[in-house]
Amino acid sequence: MRNILPILTIVAAILGIWLAAVAPMNFRLALDAATRAGEDVMPATPDEQGETGLVRLMLDNPSVLPAAYNFERPRLPQPQWVLVEIYENTVGLARRCEWQGWSDENDNWTGLSDGCLRVVAHNRSLLFHAWQTMAPTLLGFAIGTGLGILLAVGIVHNRAMDLGVMPWAIASQTIPILAIAPMVIVVLNAVGVQGLLPKSLISSYLSFFPVVVGMVKGLRSPGAMDLDLMRTYSASNSQIFWKLRLPASLPYLFASLKVGIAAALVGTIVAELPTGARFGLGARLLTGSYYGQTVQIWAALLMAAVCAAVLVWIITAVEKRLLTKMGLAR
Amino acid sequence: MSMMQTPPTSTLQRNLPVLVGAGITVLAGLIDWRLGALLAVWLLAWGANVLLSRQAAPQVRFIVPVLFGVTLLVLWQMAVRLYGINQVILPAPTDIWAALISSTPILWADFVQTVVKGALSGYVIGAALAIGTAIAVDRSSFLQRGLLPVGNFIAALPIVGTAPILVMWFGFGWQSKAAVVVIMVFFPMLVNTVAGLKATDAMQRDLMHTYAASYWQSLIKLRLPAALPFIFNGLKVCTTLALIGAIVAEFFGSPIVGMGFRIKTSFGRLELDMVWASIAVAAIAGSGFYGLVALTERQLTFWHPSQRK
Repeated sequence: MRNILPILTIVAAILGIWLAAVAPMNFRLALDAATRAGEDVMPATPDEQGETGLVRLMLDNPSVLPAAYNFERPRLPQPQWVLVEIYENTVGLARRCEWQGWSDENDNWTGLSDGCLRVVAHNRSLLFHAWQTMAPTLLGFAIGTGLGILLAVGIVHNRAMDLGVMPWAIASQTIPILAIAPMVIVVLNAVGVQGLLPKSLISSYLSFFPVVVGMVKGLRSPGAMDLDLMRTYSASNSQIFWKLRLPASLPYLFASLKVGIAAALVGTIVAELPTGARFGLGARLLTGSYYGQTVQIWAALLMAAVCAAVLVWIITAVEKRLLTKMGLAR
Repeated sequence: MSMMQTPPTSTLQRNLPVLVGAGITVLAGLIDWRLGALLAVWLLAWGANVLLSRQAAPQVRFIVPVLFGVTLLVLWQMAVRLYGINQVILPAPTDIWAALISSTPILWADFVQTVVKGALSGYVIGAALAIGTAIAVDRSSFLQRGLLPVGNFIAALPIVGTAPILVMWFGFGWQSKAAVVVIMVFFPMLVNTVAGLKATDAMQRDLMHTYAASYWQSLIKLRLPAALPFIFNGLKVCTTLALIGAIVAEFFGSPIVGMGFRIKTSFGRLELDMVWASIAVAAIAGSGFYGLVALTERQLTFWHPSQRK
């Protein structure tokens, strides 16, 4: 863990820049509010303020600085506010209902009453929205990975597929397919496909091609020596596949899985964006942007980051265990 | 695959897939002639591809994928026409082509707004910033050890979600789209460049040392060129990211021009052929952008093993 100190330094630097940027970002808003409240500010009218540079304004009106930091609906909130928002919308919700005395019913393992657990699953809870995004992501990722592995096996064993499909698989990666994700959702809804499936289709599409490309590379990674050895054992094609190609492809597969699951999560979130989805992190982003609730947007973003980190971490953990067991770990 | 041996087989065994395919096609044709027709086209094209791919001629590498793509388009067209699929759900390729031709000026304006102003400017700024940052932290291994994991982590995040915030900050014009692209491009580029600057081995650095090369000399003459394959790897990945960022950011607010705007509003008016035409333009722009970067890479890193013929 010798990297822990450098990482902490970088994170601290990012937070520092963030904190320092809060005042300049919100200063004009705060100054405007102060002017309207009749406070004594340097260029007295909004028109003059609009023509004056930001640095000049900040130097002339140091008294407005605290207001800029604590502005109610900021353009850039303080970082700790985002954490507070996340707490308020997860644990805080349950705690508050505990205090309101809903908790006289039977307790379960969480120490919360059933009524309060229902609050956590309610659509104000960020955990609920996170799950609404995670579920299609996971389903789509499973579908995409499965199909991707199948196609890769086909490509490796069939020259016509290799020549015909592979160039398109690679070319399709250069197409900004994510940009049309919302439309795909609406069309599928119109056809009658509803629920988890439309969103998962987007995430499966996005996780599909990284897996195909990585898996083809992996299945072809055994060298001529390895293949010759298998032939001296007079192994059949299927034996070569199960005992040599598939195990050799695992490191490549896991590298692609990590790319794929991150892409799948992004796909689900974007798919939720302009379709008026009511649940999910993407929906939180959208309502936050409609109502100018920046803190809500940041909280949804941070939650998405946590989800991505957890998903990638799970895959890394599985990879480590599996590869160590197979003696492939580096 | 030259690796695979074909065991001796009887004529019947070799032709079994063909017979099975033909059988299924006839059966499907009896149930629904349209399905039979689709399957027949697919089987014919696929059979042609299989036969072609057994040839050793170099043109096969070009003909087979083109034939495959054309087959898909034909099947799409046939399916839409034969089953009378509603325009609102899926327009036929010919309809999309017609829309593409009839509204070229609109699509061109969208292209300029989104790709040239939004994506390209953000791409250049983001990549330049990232390469600059990588060089700035180059001398400090402490900062590098911090930046690499953090950059890798951020590169895996759904950064495109910052689009609503940036649109709020920078307004509806192309500037906010460029800002989204800058953030999306920055971290993958940073990670790739930092990794690339480490790509020289001790022998090469020692050689520079024996020449008494200064830090900057060895950076410009040895380490930056050696980092080029990594930098171009990042640049290629980022072409798609840039287009995605610019288009998605337009969903959150844009002037009345731009590919994201066009997709959103045409979809609202159920002009699906226009939506698909915009998507086609996006696909062409994406592939063209990627191809351009790949071509530059071939010119600049001709010495690298992956570029040698």
